[in-house]
Amino acid sequence: MNELSPQKLTAKDYATDQEVRWCPGCGDYAILKSVQKTLADLEADPANTVFVSGIGCSSRFPYYMATYGFHTIHGRAPAFATGIKLANPDLDVWMVTGDGDGLSIGGNHLLHVLRRNVDIQILLFNNEIYGLTKGQYSPTSRPGTRSPSSPGGSIERNLNPCNFALAAGARFVARTVDTDQKHMPEILKRAHGHRGASFVEIYQNCIVFNDGVFADFTDKKAAPERQLRAEHGHRLVFGPNNEKGLRLNRDKVAIEIVTIGENGITEDDILVHDETDALLAQMLVTLDGPDAPVVVGVIYCNQADTYDAGVARQVAKAKIAKPNADMKELLFAGSTWTVD
Amino acid sequence: MATNLAQKPTASADKHVPASLESVVIRFAGDSGDGMQLTGTQFTHSTALMGTDLATFPDFPAEIRAPTGTTFGVSAYQINFGARRVLTAGDQPDVLVAMNPAALKTNLEALKPGGTLVVDIGSFNSRTLAKAGYTSDPLEDGTIAPYQVIRLDITRMTLESVKEFGLSNKDAIRCKNMWTLGLMLWMYGRQRQSVVDWLKGKFAKSQQLADANIAAVNAGHAFGETAELAGDMSHSTVGRAEVAPGVYRTITGAESLALGLVAGSKLAGLDIMFGSYPITPASTLLHQLARLKEHGVVTFQAEDEIAAICSAIGASFAGSLGVTSSSGPGIALKGEAMGLAISTELPLVIVNSQRGGPSTGLPTKTEQSDLYQAIYGRNGDAPLPVIASATPGDCFEVAIEAVRIATKYMTPVILLTDGYLANAAEPWPVPDFDSLKPFPVQFHTNPENFSPSSRDAKTLARNWAIPGTPGTEHRIGGIEKDFNTGNISYASDNHQLMTDTRWNKVLGIADDIPLQEITQGDATGDLVVVGWGSTFGPIYRAVEQSRAKGLNVSQIHVRYMWPLPKNLGELLKGFKQVLVPEMNKGQFATVLRDNYLVDAVRLNQVNGQPFKVSRLNQVIAEMLA
Ligand SMILES: Cc1ncc(C[n+]2csc(CCOP(=O)(O)OP(=O)(O)O)c2C)c(N)n1
Ligand code: SF4
Ligand SMILES: [Mg+2]
Repeated sequence: MNELSPQKLTAKDYATDQEVRWCPGCGDYAILKSVQKTLADLEADPANTVFVSGIGCSSRFPYYMATYGFHTIHGRAPAFATGIKLANPDLDVWMVTGDGDGLSIGGNHLLHVLRRNVDIQILLFNNEIYGLTKGQYSPTSRPGTRSPSSPGGSIERNLNPCNFALAAGARFVARTVDTDQKHMPEILKRAHGHRGASFVEIYQNCIVFNDGVFADFTDKKAAPERQLRAEHGHRLVFGPNNEKGLRLNRDKVAIEIVTIGENGITEDDILVHDETDALLAQMLVTLDGPDAPVVVGVIYCNQADTYDAGVARQVAKAKIAKPNADMKELLFAGSTWTVD
Repeated sequence: MATNLAQKPTASADKHVPASLESVVIRFAGDSGDGMQLTGTQFTHSTALMGTDLATFPDFPAEIRAPTGTTFGVSAYQINFGARRVLTAGDQPDVLVAMNPAALKTNLEALKPGGTLVVDIGSFNSRTLAKAGYTSDPLEDGTIAPYQVIRLDITRMTLESVKEFGLSNKDAIRCKNMWTLGLMLWMYGRQRQSVVDWLKGKFAKSQQLADANIAAVNAGHAFGETAELAGDMSHSTVGRAEVAPGVYRTITGAESLALGLVAGSKLAGLDIMFGSYPITPASTLLHQLARLKEHGVVTFQAEDEIAAICSAIGASFAGSLGVTSSSGPGIALKGEAMGLAISTELPLVIVNSQRGGPSTGLPTKTEQSDLYQAIYGRNGDAPLPVIASATPGDCFEVAIEAVRIATKYMTPVILLTDGYLANAAEPWPVPDFDSLKPFPVQFHTNPENFSPSSRDAKTLARNWAIPGTPGTEHRIGGIEKDFNTGNISYASDNHQLMTDTRWNKVLGIADDIPLQEITQGDATGDLVVVGWGSTFGPIYRAVEQSRAKGLNVSQIHVRYMWPLPKNLGELLKGFKQVLVPEMNKGQFATVLRDNYLVDAVRLNQVNGQPFKVSRLNQVIAEMLA
């Protein structure tokens, strides 16, 4: 062992010398900063860290991280990440994708990487638009979104990324906001600590093509009223004075928004967040209605066996069962005959 | 002359003295549910163990269980075995075994005039005849008159032979193929032990089924022994072929390919990460490799062919040998990712088991029509090496070559095989692994002045530094990269330089592959027949026969499809005429014409069948007339 422990890395040490090419004011900058800070906090080994992405503004991310990185092709990052983990399960793999990359062209792969529970962190930068191709509506764009390809407003229903992830069998689902430099590193650390596929949806503002889509709940002033930070073991409350909360309507198995102190409602009526409860998670990510808050934080976390570990186990088992497996034996397997 | 032996086999007093034949072609044909592929492979195995050379052609429908008794549900297995070198499955069967009317209907035409027809009359009734589309009974209306017919009620005799085991009627009838196998083993003096051993293993979980099937084999064999089968074909042997001394086994193309990939990975010192998505006829390779985990093989059944190749590329990035495999439709899906592997310069082996196209085409029939796709089929100037295997056994060597080239030149390599090669079996001299030259991969580990795009001056291969290595952290991707730093670069001169570099790297591989040899015949002359892939057998035989007739013809069989061997153009110029037979519309001919301005004459066939030697002979004769 080395006597002198290497100097602790700072966030800056995780940045490359490459000029960052996002538009000024793009939410991606804030995410980059948070990720670099997270890695520094985690004392992540750059040599053992890999960032994998697809194609999109968001997917340029690996170029700016002084780790190993692979900017692949549109939508397919989950498959590359899976291959990397199968080749070397010890690597710490982060995947970066966008709402188009991950949910449109790559929807199939995202579904399967979550279902298989490959041990990686997946950061989906949701800006509800195709940024790189200049602003067409995406699978997460809300109906009526006007864009170059939907001048009369989009007529598709939008997809809820976290609900998608839960339905795909994800065992870790979380949400955070690009500009929230305190919340995001906490969530990223949780994602990192989780063994298995950790899915994090990050609300990201595209200042050029979809500015302010999330402002109603991310603006400093609006946030307390419209954001609910879920924390395991704590009551699901929000509001400037935590005076509002979520209550289970047992007749309808639905969540309703209530105010503590009104209509005889006390704190005890408010649901306590249990991040291992899949049904609750689904209700939280699909919360809807004019006074419903957007739930952020770790919404679901319930560890399970991972795909890469399962594969490694089978290989190890086969090697134990046949310790002397060599090429010669393999070539001569089955019936042979000799011609002299 | 038709002989009817179904009624009462009589024991023959004087045993026939087996006639010795040089070679025989048998085709087993029956309903998909009749188990003809098993009959064929077991006959093959027994034959191989006796030192007879052979080639096979399994031909089965795309449907798993096509409706019983229909012509499109017929499954056939042809074997050519001989006391001489056997290179093709044979143009025309000498013997046809027809297990039902549909099999007779679809295969009788192929039978040699005067050939032997063994037919299960027990499967003939008005219903099955109608199913096969017969309006009158071919056994009675003169249809089979030109052949030597052996009529047997195989169905009934099988049921009798397994009666004591108390099987259900369905299971009992299933033993028909083993009864037939027993008879054919007797007819050609093949040993039965390997079949018995195999049945014991196959039915290890059911003593009853094992016993019944073995009894059926024995009954078929005993029937042959005691019945008086008329004519020359009744009981004959085919001797050992004159082959080089050594240890042999039978092998199909899919098996030898799997072995070759594993051998290649060991010679390179890497573990295989094989990403694939099931598709006929490529799935067999996935099945083969999935059982070789103890050799460090990881197989990943991906959600589609795109994910399959992407996972393999990811694995190569992380230091494994990424391998992916598919057939035409799946290879089409992999196109974009191949471009990424070319752009990021990562090793990768892409196996294409070609089948009839376009689109879904003919899943179970063979074709060589993906050559353009392999050499040219990507966006951008995206060259990669392409190599093709010629015989089932050759897949082994070709797979090792693919791994060697991929790792030495940091490039994806396409390996072309086809449905015929994947399934066909041949005796294979087991190679001496220790005599193969290792080509160990050296990962780059030195952080000093590291750039992911520094290149070997000779091979132009970029260095390969893998995640987990301190100090060589780097980013790669599909955007054009600066020649020196590997960072993103949109500079126009740099793109020219990088495109040229990728191009020259692949063309430079021509310096590292063997010069093209004349496969057969003189180095100059009146005609050369140029082939590639699985047409090797028929072309070899045709050129051999034509030469025996005194015709001035040579053969060149090409393995390295891209880049082409450096001397190929020179060789072709030594001949007055060039004939290129291909199971496509003339794709290699285009490549030859483009590269060498030679007047390559096309001979094309896409009927899902291998070339007939007789047809090639005819064309050769015409061109030299
Ligand atoms: C095969 C393929 N199809 C289309 C494109 C063009 N394309 C690039 S990025 C993109 C959409 C990206 O949207 P998103 O994933 O939301 O990323 P963002 O730019 O918004 O971060 C598209 C359609 C491509 N690069 N490759
Ligand atoms: S287009 Fe939008 S998402 Fe892309 S860099 Fe600019 S602001 Fe960011
Ligand atoms: Mg987007």
